[in-house]
Amino acid sequence: MEFLSDIASLINSTLRISTPLVFAAMAGIFAERSGVIDFSLEGKMLMAAFVAAVGSYYLGNPWLGLLLAIIVCVCLSMLHGFASVTHKGDQVVSCVAINILIIGLTTALAAAWFGQAGLTPTLNEDQRFLEIHLPFADALRDIPVIGTLYSDILSGHYVFVYLAYLSVPLVFWIVFKTSFGLRLRAVGENPSAVDTAGINVFTMRYKALAINGVLIAFAGAHLSTAVNANFFREMSAGRGYLALAAMIFGKWHPKTALIACLLFGFTDALQIRLQGVELPAIGEIPVQLIQALPYILTVVLLAGFVGKAIAPNAIGQPYIKER
Amino acid sequence: MVSPILELTNINKSFGHVQANKNINLKINKGTIHGIIGENGAGKSTLMSIVFGLYQANSGSIKINGKEINLRSPRDSIINGIGMVHQHFMLVENFTVLENIILGFEGETVFGEKLQKAKEDLEKLCQTYNFNIDLDATISDLSVGFRQRVEILKSLYRGAEILILDEPTGVLTPQEVDELFKILRSLKDEGKTIVLITHKLIEIMDLTSEVSVMRQGEMVGHTKTEDTSKEQLAEMMVGRSVLLRVDKKEIRKGETIFKVNNLSVKDDLDITRVKDVNLEICSGEILGIAGVTGNGQTELLEALSGIRKVESGSIELFGEKISDQNNFLNPRMLKEKGLAHVPEDRQRMGLISDFKAHENLIFGYHDQEPYSKSAILNNKEITEYSNKVMQEYDVRPNSPNLITSNFSGGNQQKIILSRELNENPKVLLVGQPTRGVDIGAIEFIHQRLIDMRDKGAAILLASVELDEILSLSDRIIVMFDGKIVGEKENKNVTDRELGLLMAGVA
Repeated sequence: MEFLSDIASLINSTLRISTPLVFAAMAGIFAERSGVIDFSLEGKMLMAAFVAAVGSYYLGNPWLGLLLAIIVCVCLSMLHGFASVTHKGDQVVSCVAINILIIGLTTALAAAWFGQAGLTPTLNEDQRFLEIHLPFADALRDIPVIGTLYSDILSGHYVFVYLAYLSVPLVFWIVFKTSFGLRLRAVGENPSAVDTAGINVFTMRYKALAINGVLIAFAGAHLSTAVNANFFREMSAGRGYLALAAMIFGKWHPKTALIACLLFGFTDALQIRLQGVELPAIGEIPVQLIQALPYILTVVLLAGFVGKAIAPNAIGQPYIKER
Repeated sequence: MVSPILELTNINKSFGHVQANKNINLKINKGTIHGIIGENGAGKSTLMSIVFGLYQANSGSIKINGKEINLRSPRDSIINGIGMVHQHFMLVENFTVLENIILGFEGETVFGEKLQKAKEDLEKLCQTYNFNIDLDATISDLSVGFRQRVEILKSLYRGAEILILDEPTGVLTPQEVDELFKILRSLKDEGKTIVLITHKLIEIMDLTSEVSVMRQGEMVGHTKTEDTSKEQLAEMMVGRSVLLRVDKKEIRKGETIFKVNNLSVKDDLDITRVKDVNLEICSGEILGIAGVTGNGQTELLEALSGIRKVESGSIELFGEKISDQNNFLNPRMLKEKGLAHVPEDRQRMGLISDFKAHENLIFGYHDQEPYSKSAILNNKEITEYSNKVMQEYDVRPNSPNLITSNFSGGNQQKIILSRELNENPKVLLVGQPTRGVDIGAIEFIHQRLIDMRDKGAAILLASVELDEILSLSDRIIVMFDGKIVGEKENKNVTDRELGLLMAGVA
């Protein structure tokens, strides 16, 4: 029975840890399917975390904080679009610029507003998202298996966790079952074909980037107004890059990207649980090695375990119509 | 008199400083196949891209059925019944045929009923025109000929009354060309109007009823096809009379200077592509290699020019062994010994497309005086030389600072030729010198090769154009499956004879 509850709590934390990765990967899918590289997921997630925490602190409502984060992230995506779509700049350079800007900006603004470099005040219960306990969770807990599944795994998450996993089928539906999705995929594969079909390539890419901005804002808000109760310096901690890796590993497809995110989340949850645990015959594993697990996994998987990842054909190339 | 279905008046279009279309007037009558002919870079594609709404004209007006329309994007053109099949197909390769066709005209936000209806409509269209296309096939699995049909089907589905085809036959096999022409004729019989852009005279004579000729961005003539001839059209295209046959002096053969003994060469996949080839070239002689593409000519030229390893056998220059399986001279050393190479793939091997013309003009000689001194480029000398040589070779536009990829194929080829010929090589290896080159430049390139021969160079010419081989060579060898299957003096030899050898039948 203890074994079962161990597993349940491992799955529970996997779901929680994977949440920002899932949002970021879905955001990445929109940008990259439209042909725009998005390394700036990391920076935008950090900015969203900051804005959500600050907004929620001043406005007293985490939803308003989230709204602000969405607005700011969409603006950042538009900035990326302005540099790399309208002005045909190098997409990677634009992303790196955004990432560096935001690391500095969040630290500096926190220092200016709250007197602490890179730290925002702790949010009280009204200012942050709380765990949602599904109805009858306590009553059903003692029923074997179903009870564990419902009460310990499904119940008790932040709203973002539910939204993240609901976003996956939604993204799938948009990308593969709607005319917008068809155009989105086409513009990342062969923008000339889209242009000659009478659709504006630039508008399509901006639309994709706008959606990208909305989704990534959720990831950031999850970090600073749900799992934590404040923003701290560089709190995104490489999750944007990890999500990008998951998206590539998932071949730019929402379903497989989800699996990749869960895998990364699982190794992370596992490493937390394994810390300090004595394994039979091996003894205690050095904590550094365990913490490196998700990253080692990334490298191993991307190094060819999953076969060749085929990117959208026109990714990274600005669309130039006239010669 | 019927009013024209499409009428262009005073169309002007510039890209930067280059004026691609100057005061173009054009009338196209309903239900005809109208040819637009001109050399590469004459502005045909630009003009039609304006009609298709892809580019916007700087000035001028476009009327369809007598009504003036403003075309801001391809959408406007498509709505007005104009369809275009581009030279490079506008298809998403990993989409299905159906997805490609409905793209932009889905008619519904979420796929459902309309998708089903589109499928039914398309199946009907396929039957009407005998297209035989599987709507659920992925584009990347289709042959080039089928992809073109998908493009035509796409235009028809979107309601095209005027169908523009830009160089449709460049990528097709002869059989596919026949099929295409059949389709176009049946479309014409249906009452559709077809505009055919091409630089191939034979297609114009074959298919069109009216023809308009463009030269350097201007419309230089309109005529009924039955009132004109190939020669006349060629003259209009180039702006002067064109020699369709090369003037050649009697051969003055010197001694053998280049010799290949029992040469075998493998390709990148380790397959033997050149098998036991022997050949000799004398000074003052052009030896032509005829053959269907892919019978070892490419690998042979690469081995001879020092960019591919020799598997067995040897190569001799002036009686000195320069390459065998153990050691070979690299292209640079060969150059110093007087061997020059004009590679068959100029984009990949002959030029660096992103470099400026003057850089490509001296590339390979850039570290020698007078172009550089003590490892520093002498820009003044280079510019002077470039201006001179571009004039001499009639490279257009005559601007050494232009990026090479902005020149037309013919002018790029002239840049390579000038670089290789100006060093007065003793042996010249030339692959496909006129592939993708327009007739005016072809004549010029041929003349230069003849001049080199008359000056005493030994020239090896590989070409898939039989006409070219026949008009230039003094002696012809035919390659089939890596072997030399025949050798003929170029006297009284017919293309039929060579054709049989090329097919490996004789």
